[in-house]
Amino acid sequence: MDATRTAAIVLRHFYLLRGSLTRIVPLFVWVAIDIVLWGFITRYLNAVAGTGLDFVPMLLGAVLLWDFCSRVMHGVTTAFFEDVWSRNFLNLFATPLVVREYLGGLVVSSVVTSAAGLLVMLVLATGIFGLSFFVYGLAVMPFLLVLFLFGVALGILGSGVVLRLGPAAEWFIWPIPALVSPFVGVFYPLSTLPSWMQHLARLLPPSYVFEGMRSILAGGAAPAGMLVLGAALSAAYVVLACWFFARVYRHAVHTGLLARYSAESVS
Amino acid sequence: MKTVLSVVGLRREYGETVAVENIAFQVGAGEVVGLLGPNGAGKTTTISMLLGVLAPSAGTIRIDGADIATERSRALARTNFAAVYAPLPGNLTVAQNLRIFGLLYGVQALQKRIDALLTEFDLQPLRDVRCGVLSSGEQTRAGLAKALLNRPQVLLLDEPTASLDPATARDIRMKIRAYAAGSDGGVLWTSHNMYEVEGVCDRVLFLSHGRILLEGDPKSLPRKYGKATLEELFIAVAREPLTLGGD
Repeated sequence: MDATRTAAIVLRHFYLLRGSLTRIVPLFVWVAIDIVLWGFITRYLNAVAGTGLDFVPMLLGAVLLWDFCSRVMHGVTTAFFEDVWSRNFLNLFATPLVVREYLGGLVVSSVVTSAAGLLVMLVLATGIFGLSFFVYGLAVMPFLLVLFLFGVALGILGSGVVLRLGPAAEWFIWPIPALVSPFVGVFYPLSTLPSWMQHLARLLPPSYVFEGMRSILAGGAAPAGMLVLGAALSAAYVVLACWFFARVYRHAVHTGLLARYSAESVS
Repeated sequence: MKTVLSVVGLRREYGETVAVENIAFQVGAGEVVGLLGPNGAGKTTTISMLLGVLAPSAGTIRIDGADIATERSRALARTNFAAVYAPLPGNLTVAQNLRIFGLLYGVQALQKRIDALLTEFDLQPLRDVRCGVLSSGEQTRAGLAKALLNRPQVLLLDEPTASLDPATARDIRMKIRAYAAGSDGGVLWTSHNMYEVEGVCDRVLFLSHGRILLEGDPKSLPRKYGKATLEELFIAVAREPLTLGGD
């Protein structure tokens, strides 16, 4: 593994972001809209519910955490799509670059863009709606770790799918977070779900984060075992996603798909 | 002469179709070899395999002694290419592209090398211009600058002068010739311009239907097959390959 080649992938993304309003604005705008929208919803719920239950850390905090996971995934896939859009695979993969260095570059690019999104969300949620991450205690660190790893896994998986199916398949990738969210109980306990959905939820690491978050808000202790399981599952999914991408890449080299990628010749 | 590229028993099939069939050739240091043939003869398939973006069905490729199948990064660090179908990303400037590819190829003293290439290819005034807005000729020059970044042992050029005006094309030919003469690298050059091939290449390989049909000095080869010019020989290879293959 050559760190310079990974740095080259990150630098390319930095060059693209720098001075490109169309790339920078989406890093902040969508998450800001989500926080503002859900911030007012939680304020309204606090006013009308009258139960003493604080919806801010429960709903707004959940939105923030889930948006962070989505931004990590989109950070990886967007960095990958830049190579799809600029038809750059032939140039890139004719260099000494290897798959793990390339994926490493996508992930580091995503760390930067998702951290920027997280910062904006925190400023808005804390400054306007009074959300404090301190309410989750130290558990917020494993929450973010689990969600980061799962976002990375989804991003690499999505990139592999687009590499396999061709540029038009990117439209399968954008809605993935929305597709996953009902299963991981972002807004409700998993017990709300029918049994078959609960079985699936146990395979999805964010479920443990959101269950843990609700447990802490209900006055319980941070569920260490659940978070360890969530982190282990997330790490396993990252490894599986890398394996999937590497397998798709090898297939693309063997079939000639990589050399004529823009032809979308699925075989 | 040291061999920088060695190809043995190279074959590539797409299902029932054989695109490249059991070809073997070598390129020596300081040598410019022309890979010629009509459209669909297998030139680009061969180049894709040499670049490691297409796996051969059979055969071996060694670049400066490194087997591309087992020592991919080492082999590709000694290779580079320019092709009209692989332009540099249009959303980055010339200098940004050169920096990124310089890092990918592990070029030492990169800034100095970039400056030298920008000057050599008359790209200094365009260094901060996005590649996507360059004229096709300027894009070709930027692609060639990228192709020489790592002083490759094997330089693959797929129709490098196709979109250049005659004066610039001649200039580029001289630069590539000078590169081959002044470095320890060899050049594999595809072109449909037989005048150019005759002026630049030390040796040519004629591909037809995925096989190497003829090989030799571009100046003497036409006479050997009863043709007046290399272009006539090319047309004969394209239209009547069976009448030439027996030699």
